[in-house]
Amino acid sequence: MDSTILFSLRLSLQVAFVATLAVIVVGVYVAYLLARKDFRGKEFVDILFTLPLVLPPTVTGYYLIILFGRNGFLGRYIYDLTGWSIMFTWYAAALASFVVALPLMVKTSRAAFESVDKSLIEASFTLGHTELKTALKVIIPIAKRGIIAGAILSFARALGEFGATLMVAGNIPGKTSTMPLTIYSLANSGEWSRANILVIFFTCMSGVFLYVANKLSKRLA
Amino acid sequence: MGFSLYLKKRLGNFLLDVSWEMDNELLVLFGPSGAGKSLTLQMIAGLIEPDEGFIYSGKRILFDRAKSIHIPPQQRSLGYVFQDRVAFPHMTVRENIAYGLRNGRKADREHKVNEMINLFHLEMIARKYPSEISGGQKQRVTLARALIGRPDALLLDEPFSALDTVLRTGMRALLRYIRQHFNTPIILVTHDIQEAYSMADKVVVYSSGRISQIGTPSEIFQDSSNLDADLHNLPPLTAPAPELVFP
Repeated sequence: MDSTILFSLRLSLQVAFVATLAVIVVGVYVAYLLARKDFRGKEFVDILFTLPLVLPPTVTGYYLIILFGRNGFLGRYIYDLTGWSIMFTWYAAALASFVVALPLMVKTSRAAFESVDKSLIEASFTLGHTELKTALKVIIPIAKRGIIAGAILSFARALGEFGATLMVAGNIPGKTSTMPLTIYSLANSGEWSRANILVIFFTCMSGVFLYVANKLSKRLA
Repeated sequence: MGFSLYLKKRLGNFLLDVSWEMDNELLVLFGPSGAGKSLTLQMIAGLIEPDEGFIYSGKRILFDRAKSIHIPPQQRSLGYVFQDRVAFPHMTVRENIAYGLRNGRKADREHKVNEMINLFHLEMIARKYPSEISGGQKQRVTLARALIGRPDALLLDEPFSALDTVLRTGMRALLRYIRQHFNTPIILVTHDIQEAYSMADKVVVYSSGRISQIGTPSEIFQDSSNLDADLHNLPPLTAPAPELVFP
């Protein structure tokens, strides 16, 4: 394999890995709140965390530019404070992957949390354990398979992220050209044999991920 | 050491409105399904908040609407055993029992867990998971788990209803032993008349969210004229206790 392909492979794995770590932390927390708590605006939070699933990735990317661009609502302050902007760096690719993959984690984990028998949670409370300890020792371990399935789906989605990544990280060879972007560039310039390698690799890998996620979900049911 | 309480709670069309007290004894909440027995127990445990009333455990206030006190279930120090044998599926028998302890040194904890395992004859299955043991064994595990922290009282919500007759008899003997050994008040919810009769020091009969009778088992079950209409609708006894007189 040549260096362009190797670079895109390594970058994609790195981006997907970082995005998935963030997805697990944020996704599990949000899913837990949605599954276990009643609060004002719950419906809104639910919709907000589902939107990236149905919006065109370019629209998600557009929002990210508005938020994190050098003149964006948040990006402006980050730039003023640090002189740095996330745009067109691999961090931006990770951010895009994070936002797009998050709904998968929230949906899957929420279903897993909701399927935990309420009596088990109450039993833990009556044994004197706090909500946090109950979450860590009872709820999360029982919902574990669902959370892992969600993480695998999120990783696969993060790995394949294209549209939002293109908007916020661009397609800079040797800097932000992830696998999907490299495939796009190779196909554009007619380098089919090199593109084939990545396409086949990508298809096999995603197939394996889905197989594992399915297995876990079935065992959950 | 016992309980005194007054509870009022509206759930849709159902209104629970009860008041009773007990000493350090075994009290049976008796009555048909849907009379509010389990709801009462859940309120004592702090899992459901009453609309009005109070709950005292000895002199300790667990709940008092007038004083705006609602102690969360974690701090009530009550052992609660559920109807459907809820052992934690991802923990072994040993881990399930140990989970009933909140803190303490490791050696102390080990010692207490071993003590409960011996007391409840769980040595052979200590390393097994709940899915690998029988219903009666599961219920012994949840009893041990509820008791290991030495709660101020034991609340049992139809704990033996899913067991067969032979097992049930054994569990009743175990419960009498627990009552002696731990000297702790026990509130037992049941709709099994034999269980109520043979176990109780005192019986509170529930009917549609209200109390229809309070008394000793013999006062309640031996005078047929006292029996509430609901009791006549109970399924017939399979093996009546010898002393039991029932029309």
